Amino acid sequence: MSELASESRDTGRPRAARPSLRGGVGSPKLVAARNGVIRGRIELRQSFTNVQDLWNYFFPTLIFLVVLFFMKGAAVPGTNFNLGARTLPSVLGMTVAFSGLVTLMMGLALEREDGTLLRAKAIPNGMFGYLVGKLVLVSGMALASMAIILIPSSFMLDGLALTSVTAWLTLLWVMVLGLAATIPLGAIFGSMFSNPRNAGVIMMPVMGLVAISGIFYPISGFPVWLQEIAQVFPIYWLGLGMRSALLPNELAAVEIGESWRHLEMIGVLGAWAVVGLVVAPMVLRRMARRESGSSVAARREKAMQRTM
Amino acid sequence: MAVVNEADAPAREMRQVEAEFALEVDDLRMRYGSTDVLTGVNFVARPGEVVALLGPNGAGKTTTIEILEGFRMRSAGEVRVLGVDPAHGDENWRARLGVVLQSWRDHGRWRVRELLEHLGLYYAPFSTADIRRPWDPDELVEVVGLTEHAHKKINKLSGGQRRRLDVAIGIVGRPELLFLDEPTAGFDPEARREFHDLVHRLADQDTTILLTTHDLDEAEKLADRILILAGGTIIADGSADELARRMSTEAEVRWTIEGQRFVHSTLDATGFVRELFIKHDTAVADLEVRRAGLEDVYMTLVREFEAGRADAAVREFEVVTR
Repeated sequence: MSELASESRDTGRPRAARPSLRGGVGSPKLVAARNGVIRGRIELRQSFTNVQDLWNYFFPTLIFLVVLFFMKGAAVPGTNFNLGARTLPSVLGMTVAFSGLVTLMMGLALEREDGTLLRAKAIPNGMFGYLVGKLVLVSGMALASMAIILIPSSFMLDGLALTSVTAWLTLLWVMVLGLAATIPLGAIFGSMFSNPRNAGVIMMPVMGLVAISGIFYPISGFPVWLQEIAQVFPIYWLGLGMRSALLPNELAAVEIGESWRHLEMIGVLGAWAVVGLVVAPMVLRRMARRESGSSVAARREKAMQRTM
Repeated sequence: MAVVNEADAPAREMRQVEAEFALEVDDLRMRYGSTDVLTGVNFVARPGEVVALLGPNGAGKTTTIEILEGFRMRSAGEVRVLGVDPAHGDENWRARLGVVLQSWRDHGRWRVRELLEHLGLYYAPFSTADIRRPWDPDELVEVVGLTEHAHKKINKLSGGQRRRLDVAIGIVGRPELLFLDEPTAGFDPEARREFHDLVHRLADQDTTILLTTHDLDEAEKLADRILILAGGTIIADGSADELARRMSTEAEVRWTIEGQRFVHSTLDATGFVRELFIKHDTAVADLEVRRAGLEDVYMTLVREFEAGRADAAVREFEVVTR
């Protein structure tokens, strides 16, 4: 209280002076980017102490372990390589796609409804910081999800190149490229649904894509038209990329074109990334422009009615 | 003389900067489809002034404040907020504003002090010699009375505590102009009083405040000046006292003579009472003179407005306030 009194004394007008960049603070955009990283780290930490998030982390692992159980003794068709060991990298690829697409989509839809985005909008460079924070959060969650699947499985499966540096480097760049391809898509879909419960409709086609993308079973035996559909979307290529990182080179022989097709993979994932990075900012800006106190209040009203 | 004049010139310039309006709204219009919500809103606010935008629900208060906040595009009219058109306000402008939002469940996993410290970081590059931004998180937590809850998770706060956090977030960048949209909706009387104290403290620091409310009592308690918005336009503008005085219309005089009750309505209550005493002298008892207050007139306006007779209500109000 006494602080307030003294403050009012030394805050003389005119106050509308230009901001003097204080030493060491940096430009506002840079500060916002740094704040975004801080925000992402805080939210990542929060995700490890939250039941819902922990479930999301461990649920894919559970599914994978169940799948692994049923695959016991099965081999990749045409080889004597363990089918389970082939499935693991494919599931890692799927995890990257899910993190980029679903985590961001649901996050945006939810935080638009609850007013988090409006708060960001009311703060200088807040939207920018918010998005940087989301990128950090989604990337961190993707890494954590992958580690949670990879670590226990590595004790149960043989034949994976887990000690090779090149394998880890490939895994890393495929992951980065995969996130670049899927995060903008997540942002676009997340901006389209004002009701997070409707965002679930995206999950049906995504699950369909998983089924035809060779995650759990090689698709080289599938009808060609189905293979072609799968190869339009990022999930197939992420699975392939992760397999190329962790599986022995001989296994490329059972893939389409009998190769890991890195160039094609970079082409398709890169195209998704470029299109996404062009479209996402437009969609995000349009969405942000529409946010206001009354639009959040209207959504709150609706959500309240649902819970009644 | 010439020397004195020259010395005066910069001082006059300084005063001019000071006198600049924090808010200037000229013929603001807003139309949704074929519905006119605002049909020409005009008002100004001086730096340091606390202005209440008062009006019945649906009068366009929120639309007005959202246009000023830069969250909504206007259909027509001139608007200047801290000298800038809010439709083209940059981040530098944004940093000088505070918007108190009605939170619902955002940032539920964050802790109170943690969030205030984090959001404050965005304002640091906009610090000036006069205004040190942001507000220190510990001081801010104390100012809004949340010290005890500083390390609580936000989703564990009560409704009243959450609203105080909303205010803290709105002022974390030490705004020169603060917007509050229906700040005490859903408050109990205790929380409302605490909130009013907080607004007074902010006003003491020369923060210009624009708040919306549908509660006349609140407008009277908080604002230096009340703007009544109805029918898409400002129909009255002045301090609570001025508005009440302007309504010196008919008064009701009640008295008794030998146990018999009398009631008389008159424009000139003083003259009528003088006459009364001249005629009846000591026989007059239980004398009462009651003037229709701002509240009576405002309540009539609201009732008419809500009954869908907006135009009639506004006309009636304009007649009495003129």
